[in-house]
Amino acid sequence: MSVSAIHDDHHDHGPAKGLMRWVTTTNHKDIGTLYMVTSLIMFMVGGAMALVIRAELFEPGMQFVDPMFFNSMTTLHALIMVFGAVMPAFAGLANWMIPMMIGSPDMALPRLNNWSFWLLPFAALMLVSTLFMEGGAAAAGWTLYPPLVLQTGAAFPFTIFTIHILGVSSILAAINIIVTILNMRAPGMTLMKMPLFVWTWLITAFLLIAIMPVFAGAVTMLLTDKFFGTSFFNAAGGGDPVLYQHLFWFFGHPEVYVLILPSFGIVSQIIPTFSRKPLFGYSSMVYATASIGFLSFIVWAHHQYTVGMPIEGELYFTYATMLIAVPTGVKVFNWISTMWKGAITFESPMLWAIAFVVLFTLGGFTGLMMSISPADLQYHDTYFIVAHFHYVLVSGAVFAIIGGVYYWLPKWTGRMYDERLAQLHFWLTTLSVNLCFFPQHFLGLAGMPRRIPDYALQFAEFNAWSSVGAFIFGFSQLIFCYIVFRCMSGHGEHASGEVWEGASEHGLEFTLPSPAPYHTWETPPNVH
Amino acid sequence: MALHGSYFLPHKATQPIIGSIGLFVLLAGFSNYLNGSDIGPTMMWVGAGTIIYMMFIWFAAIIRESIGGLYNHQVEISFKMGMIWFITSEVFFFAAFFGALYYCRDLALPWLGGDTPGTGVHSTHQFLWDTFKNVWPTNGPGHIGGNEEGEFEPMAAWGIPAINTLILLTSGVTVTWAHWGLLKDNRRQLIIGLALTVLLGFGFVFLQGVEYHEAYSEMGLTLGTGIYGSTFFMLTGFHGLHVTIGAIFLLIVLIRSLRGHFSSHNHFAFEAAAWYWHFVDVVWLGLFIFVYWL
Repeated sequence: MSVSAIHDDHHDHGPAKGLMRWVTTTNHKDIGTLYMVTSLIMFMVGGAMALVIRAELFEPGMQFVDPMFFNSMTTLHALIMVFGAVMPAFAGLANWMIPMMIGSPDMALPRLNNWSFWLLPFAALMLVSTLFMEGGAAAAGWTLYPPLVLQTGAAFPFTIFTIHILGVSSILAAINIIVTILNMRAPGMTLMKMPLFVWTWLITAFLLIAIMPVFAGAVTMLLTDKFFGTSFFNAAGGGDPVLYQHLFWFFGHPEVYVLILPSFGIVSQIIPTFSRKPLFGYSSMVYATASIGFLSFIVWAHHQYTVGMPIEGELYFTYATMLIAVPTGVKVFNWISTMWKGAITFESPMLWAIAFVVLFTLGGFTGLMMSISPADLQYHDTYFIVAHFHYVLVSGAVFAIIGGVYYWLPKWTGRMYDERLAQLHFWLTTLSVNLCFFPQHFLGLAGMPRRIPDYALQFAEFNAWSSVGAFIFGFSQLIFCYIVFRCMSGHGEHASGEVWEGASEHGLEFTLPSPAPYHTWETPPNVH
Repeated sequence: MALHGSYFLPHKATQPIIGSIGLFVLLAGFSNYLNGSDIGPTMMWVGAGTIIYMMFIWFAAIIRESIGGLYNHQVEISFKMGMIWFITSEVFFFAAFFGALYYCRDLALPWLGGDTPGTGVHSTHQFLWDTFKNVWPTNGPGHIGGNEEGEFEPMAAWGIPAINTLILLTSGVTVTWAHWGLLKDNRRQLIIGLALTVLLGFGFVFLQGVEYHEAYSEMGLTLGTGIYGSTFFMLTGFHGLHVTIGAIFLLIVLIRSLRGHFSSHNHFAFEAAAWYWHFVDVVWLGLFIFVYWL
């Protein structure tokens, strides 16, 4: 299958010099680093917006911002975290790890890989610039529902085209990842020997190719409805605003799995290493991931129970959604079984992985509650759903990403991070994330609506706690930045090739030296 | 320098950043134009020019490397897989617009017309437009667009659209015939087949233009004619755009064939263009059945 690599410039086997190295690079490790650093910056920008929201909600009444700006903050916070922080972090991990894990010299289409990344900063620039435009940034929520979103001012077309650029970037990256995995594996690296992280990304990439174009189509219809007189979402012309919701959630539901499947992969790498056992139920993990990917396409309208659907639709989407609990349960039990009777140690990556299993499962359970359409009439658009998706996306996706960074950082930089600081970071984050989001379940059940800058007095206490948790969470991440940049700047103990005891049995990447050389697997390894 | 059996990895790619800047300027310019700013069109020209330049130097690099023998079989497989998944993503783009058509015809419009068996009358019908009857094609209860009376004439299937169907199906045959020529190193067959395909492609686009002109000038049918006009023009418009792109793609392949770039065992660009062409062909069959005919 795979063969050795050649380069178009034989005198230059290291990185190029100067800043242009980062602009013109085609090296998967460089591009991985670019993705990860961009992700961290956007995580901080999106996080600052979250803190504006939580500062406003710290007590009842209007404090700092006007309602329109508040709504822009919720909209941009979500768009930036989804498209600017979590997805680029996964793309960065894919770039760094997939070639090293499958024994490939690089990504299959290196120039395209550069473009996938370099579209992102321009999309981010376009989106953030809308904050300064006449009429303010989009304020209709990240779902951009019409007719509300059509009232956006000068920012409207810029917001739509941001989505288009992000879509192009994601589709190109997904194509590259699929081709790399299917075409670039080392001899002996059969599909069913691939690390789970590679498997989960393969399925994620399939999802991206199917959904990003649909989202692009939906926002294109928004654009033509506003500027070119079409009637897609206008009932007077025979269209239907609910049509947008169907198109959006046909994208949106698989999209939230795009945000979680690679996390499953990361956790499935970390837990076996620190349990010193192979992953329990490898093939069932693969099939469960594929099942989740398939089911994600046929459950979308469970986001729309309250909008008015035929009763048959409500019933179908309820039962189909509940099915997802089965493969997800398979995964959770497999992670627990992997730890069972293992020789477990609790280095930072393992702490994040265990916290992921516990807190993601909690977020999964609240999801199951909302899958029941009659019950969802109570939860819909309250803080309960806010609590739910932050449990699965912050203490789920983000925790897995941070765990993955601790797990592979020594491989990337050749330096061990400061374990004591990392433990401090973990405990501060884990306690504060629960302080922030756990009370929101009660707020939602008691009826506090989301996306409103003010609330009734009886919600005051839980909101105050939640805001305190949010600020502790936000500032704790500065510790993370410090830890990462210390390693990147060459401080800390030297890491061995294996990094973690016995890790070389769990992945090809740990058979390479640390830091991983600029080019790896130019001659492919033989996998047994 | 070309080591046989080695996977080629390019370095120092300047094309992508140029493409990103071009796309950014184009779309920021389009936004400015839509917002009524004077600078918009200029930015759009600059952006579009930059993107065309980027495509030119990117494809030039690929062609140079390919002819230089730097690509082994595995690189070619990467290209082929990449093209297949790109076309797949395009299929899903069209699926969004077909989905909008089905949703409106089969669900939204019957509800607007008061037809909801078993669950009583839909409130939109009851309170807003209780006289609206759902008959396709329609521009909705508000009679959006159309002529002065809000009327319009739908596009009939058995005129230009049927001719265009024949044209595209024939072009699918000619491109395959050209491929057979290429496979047995028959240059004449390759070039005649490709030239015919390109002519048929641009002929399709021309007839589509005639049809659009008729719709706008005589039938009261425009992009703004309610949901019928919206779905009709967006679906056929995006398809027409793809036919144009495909025809240009085939034209480039024809020029490259005239220069002798392809051989019976090395002609990925030809295959990619042919796959793309079959894709627009299949989309057209869906359009003909669901947009024009039924």
